[in-house]
Amino acid sequence: MSAVTQRLKAARPQLALLAVALLVNVFVAPGFLDLRLQDGRLFGGLIDILNRGAPVMLLAVGMAPVIATRGIDLSVGVIMAISGAVAAAGVNAGLAWPVAILAALATGLVCGLWNGLLVAVFRLQPIVATLILMVAGRGIAQLITEGRILTFTEPHLIAVAGSTLAALPLPVVLALAAAGLTGLLVRATALGLFVEAVGTNPRSSRLAGVHTGLVLGAVYVWSGLMAALAGLIATADIKGADANNAGLWLELDAILAVVIGGTSLYGGRFSIGRSVLGALVLQAMRTAILRAGLPPELNLVLMALVVAAVLTQQSPAFRPVATRLMARLKNKEAQA
Amino acid sequence: MAVTPPPVVLAARGLTRQYPGVRALDGVDLTLRAGEIHALLGENGAGKSTLINLLTGAQPRDGGTITMDGVEIDPDGPGGAVKAGIAAVYQEITLLPNLTVAQNLYLGREPTRWGLVHRSRMNQEGAALLRRFGLTIDASRPLSDFSTAVQQLIAIARAVDLSAKVLILDEPTASLDTAEVQTLFTLLRSLRDQGLAIVFVTHFLDQVYALTDRITVLRNGRLVGERRTADLPRLDLVAMMLGKTPTAESHLSRRPAAGIPAGAPLVRAEGLGRRRLVGAFDAELHAGAVLGAAGLLGSGRTETAMLLFGVETADQGQLVVDGKAVTLRSPRDAIRLGFGFCPEDRKLDGIVAGLSIRENIVLALQAKRGWWRRLSTAQQHELADRYIKLLDIRTPDAEKPIQLLSGGNQQKALLARWLATEPRLLILDEPTRGIDVGAHAEIVRLLENLRDRGMALYVISSEIEEVAAYSDRVLVMRDRAPAGLLEGDSITPAAIVNAIAADHHTRGAA
Amino acid sequence: MDMKTLLGSRKISRQGLARRMLGIGTAVLLGSLAAGCDSGDKKGLTVGFSQIGSESGWRAAETKLARQGAEQRGITLKFSDAQQRQENQIKAVRSFIAQGVDAILLAPVVSSGWDEVLGEAKAANIPVILLDRQIDTPNVDLYLTAVTSDTIEEGRVAGRWLAGKVQGRDCRIVEIQGTVGASLVANRKKGFEEAIATAPNLHLVRTQSGEFTRAKGKEVMEGFLKAEAPGSICAVYSHNDDMMIGAIQAIKEAGLKPGTDILTVSIDGVPDIFKAMADGDANATVELAPDMAPRAYDILLAYRKDHAPPPKWVQTPSKLYEPDTAAAEYARRKDLY
Repeated sequence: MSAVTQRLKAARPQLALLAVALLVNVFVAPGFLDLRLQDGRLFGGLIDILNRGAPVMLLAVGMAPVIATRGIDLSVGVIMAISGAVAAAGVNAGLAWPVAILAALATGLVCGLWNGLLVAVFRLQPIVATLILMVAGRGIAQLITEGRILTFTEPHLIAVAGSTLAALPLPVVLALAAAGLTGLLVRATALGLFVEAVGTNPRSSRLAGVHTGLVLGAVYVWSGLMAALAGLIATADIKGADANNAGLWLELDAILAVVIGGTSLYGGRFSIGRSVLGALVLQAMRTAILRAGLPPELNLVLMALVVAAVLTQQSPAFRPVATRLMARLKNKEAQA
Repeated sequence: MAVTPPPVVLAARGLTRQYPGVRALDGVDLTLRAGEIHALLGENGAGKSTLINLLTGAQPRDGGTITMDGVEIDPDGPGGAVKAGIAAVYQEITLLPNLTVAQNLYLGREPTRWGLVHRSRMNQEGAALLRRFGLTIDASRPLSDFSTAVQQLIAIARAVDLSAKVLILDEPTASLDTAEVQTLFTLLRSLRDQGLAIVFVTHFLDQVYALTDRITVLRNGRLVGERRTADLPRLDLVAMMLGKTPTAESHLSRRPAAGIPAGAPLVRAEGLGRRRLVGAFDAELHAGAVLGAAGLLGSGRTETAMLLFGVETADQGQLVVDGKAVTLRSPRDAIRLGFGFCPEDRKLDGIVAGLSIRENIVLALQAKRGWWRRLSTAQQHELADRYIKLLDIRTPDAEKPIQLLSGGNQQKALLARWLATEPRLLILDEPTRGIDVGAHAEIVRLLENLRDRGMALYVISSEIEEVAAYSDRVLVMRDRAPAGLLEGDSITPAAIVNAIAADHHTRGAA
Repeated sequence: MDMKTLLGSRKISRQGLARRMLGIGTAVLLGSLAAGCDSGDKKGLTVGFSQIGSESGWRAAETKLARQGAEQRGITLKFSDAQQRQENQIKAVRSFIAQGVDAILLAPVVSSGWDEVLGEAKAANIPVILLDRQIDTPNVDLYLTAVTSDTIEEGRVAGRWLAGKVQGRDCRIVEIQGTVGASLVANRKKGFEEAIATAPNLHLVRTQSGEFTRAKGKEVMEGFLKAEAPGSICAVYSHNDDMMIGAIQAIKEAGLKPGTDILTVSIDGVPDIFKAMADGDANATVELAPDMAPRAYDILLAYRKDHAPPPKWVQTPSKLYEPDTAAAEYARRKDLY
């Protein structure tokens, strides 16, 4: 069996979930799957899901290795807000756009380094270590924006979210490229093995010579960088840095995406690709709920029900039942 | 002078406990008499913990009976061990540090007034109870305010106050200093004189002789025997624990290499030690020779390996490798010098359960190469398959999760992990523990093979005959310090047992 | 504006200590200046103001106007930022009482749990004026008056404007709500629905929550544009300007012209919506006036003069602005927020 088919096979539950979520979208909005090319850019429901899902995809790409080391990064939503604020304040202060963007990404690296230091060197529990930045970080972002929504008109910064590359919105390209790069980084080097080993048994890994501190630090730095990129996209999308709301609660979406992607919160095996699929499943469900025309009071209830259903479906006790159910649904889809 | 034996309080007969694949306890008897302190001894895996768990009802037994004062009881059944009068205090104190001393003493049976906890009465009674145990402290303060030793005494007070007739103490002295040990002993003697039966588990032989009246020795889940402490010489005790009579002939013939190779050793430890871990020891490791290490559990034998492999950093003495003094700050430093280490606890420190056999085998080599120079998947498969074949690891393929292997095959996979790094020195801590007889012999043959091919080996083992059979030198550890170094023809199982058992008076002469 | 906190909602906001210190410093400075001038009230009134925080531009503007208004009237303002916590506000009110201020302004972060501390103020004979939000209490004598906007009226003003704008034409309207569950959201929805109920040509076809944020407003509008037939949406009503600014971007990205192809009306009057109106991207906004403290000062001064108690609820005007004055209004506001 080739590596590709093996990976596709491993991702079957996530692919099935995504198929169901897309099916619901088709049901809610006929013509949802239509794609059309206009002015060199693809339009359609699928593109919307990719585009809107790009920030959480990026967060999930960073979060997956963190969770694989038995850690968690609660600060990614806040890092989004800080990096967006840095970029907006940068261009408004007259910095050239590449400098502002680099400064924003560097901010993410520094935030990640801070988390990594607390976890790897000072041995804080990851949930506590990243909670520090989660709580304090929004204040930092607000100091930068002075509590306002920092609007900007720098066209290149806006283009981070508003332009097209290879017929796709740039955020989609960026998220997929980051996922690809991360996948390459963990699987073409030994980092993936080290991450999984450290997450499964840190003591054995250290005795086998794995530099556990470096591995732990690196995953948080990478998570910070991914969050900064997500923050740039979110900020460019609304042409303004909203320190109060940018990335709010998205860390939870990212964690959920990684869990849907099949990574255990107890660490160990992880997959970048499946985590990305997890993020897309979430976004597809959100899109369906938003477009269903139901009273908004039901939004959270529906989301909660769907998530509960998804996670139950992944529980070992339920898996045989779910597999049969999915198979039947897929049959129906094929007939349709 | 005729001594009427005191009445039997607890009699356990034929206790058996089966784990998947292992019989942890196999028909063990234990007899406890009123007013005696009874040592329960044995090496790792002897079955002490399992026996305690059966007596306290923490685990159900698969066979055997337990009677208290002649009445059959069922510790894991309704009523439980506490009601029957059996209480246990463990090395890790199981009280609640954030509650007050009195709350801990009366947890679940607080004195009440009008349905509410009568706090002041609880504090007074608690203080009074502790005074009877020689402790004058404020019982309304949180438990965490007090030292481990005091917490230990409080735990004992609670256990005895629960109308215990049998008190089981599991390694109670492990984290106490000398003065604290004496306090504890005074208390235990007075409890004994009040007619309590006390089970005392320890690995300090001096304490066994200082305190206990009777000894039961277990080995590999079986009862070796019960003796009066006064009638059992130290040497015989060690022999019982290690399963060898010092005079018996070894069935393993001695097959060392052609003696210690000439020339400078690969590794030389000179007075290496670390405070609170292990006292200064010397060791020389030569290519193509085996240095064995013997000693009882807790003797410091594992700790010597931790210093040699950089798991802990030495704070005294020096380590010379290739004629140059080095400091090992982490296992990575040791691996860079060409060391490898198979730890004693395979599950906790050895295998990475959840990863495949292949990944477990390549882990150390990959770590040595660094993250950016990944072994290709093909190389990994080649490596794994080669060692699976070479070491005869019984598995359908290399992709199976390693935890599915038997203990012996896990050990071989760990050996493979280090052999893949082509080490110059391999440190093995209890390489044959918990392995079936067939795999056992294979691993011994493998070690001899490695030695013959010029590897330096440091093998820590409680299998005295094995150590005697393949070692060129044997370092004997006792009480976290070296107790002797045997060489050449002086290496016999009897000599090793002698060195381990020698008490304080003879140690200097050894 | 600050609906997030109006709702006592989950938006967490923090204020840097430095800024708070600066605020106190400014208040003291202004106070001493006012004392030096000694104009207006003979004695020089001292007023304590317990503000919720500075979580939004609107809140910052309210604070700024409170300071300016105090200065103009020769009032010594003691300012306290509660950083979104009721216990901080209770502490601040107690400290104002201890300092013997002449009156207290309170922008309550939550609606309940004020009876005790307001009772203390009453016992000390210090009048309390609520700003911006009402409280739940069986005893309305605990405070002098509440200066707030009429949130139902805000919705009505928006609805009436839309009805007048489209005249008799058929118009399919989409609504972007604030965070679900807030009384403010219910009121702004209710007022709007009341106003358009009288015009049978106006139909509210879709409503969805944009959680008061730009990003969500944009996402919700994108959904509306996809879900409705192209060109069929005639107007969008948003519960705040920020969500509308997001919606305007979504309309533009869908290749339509906001303000022309789709009419917009929203609430708050933040500077960015005036800019959008000046640029022709938006049609109307209903202002939630931030000058609540100056109004409270005037009520207070009048009350001290003739001792006639003011009405229990003083509503600030809900004024609607259109593009004609947008450029001037933007210039007037951009430094305030």
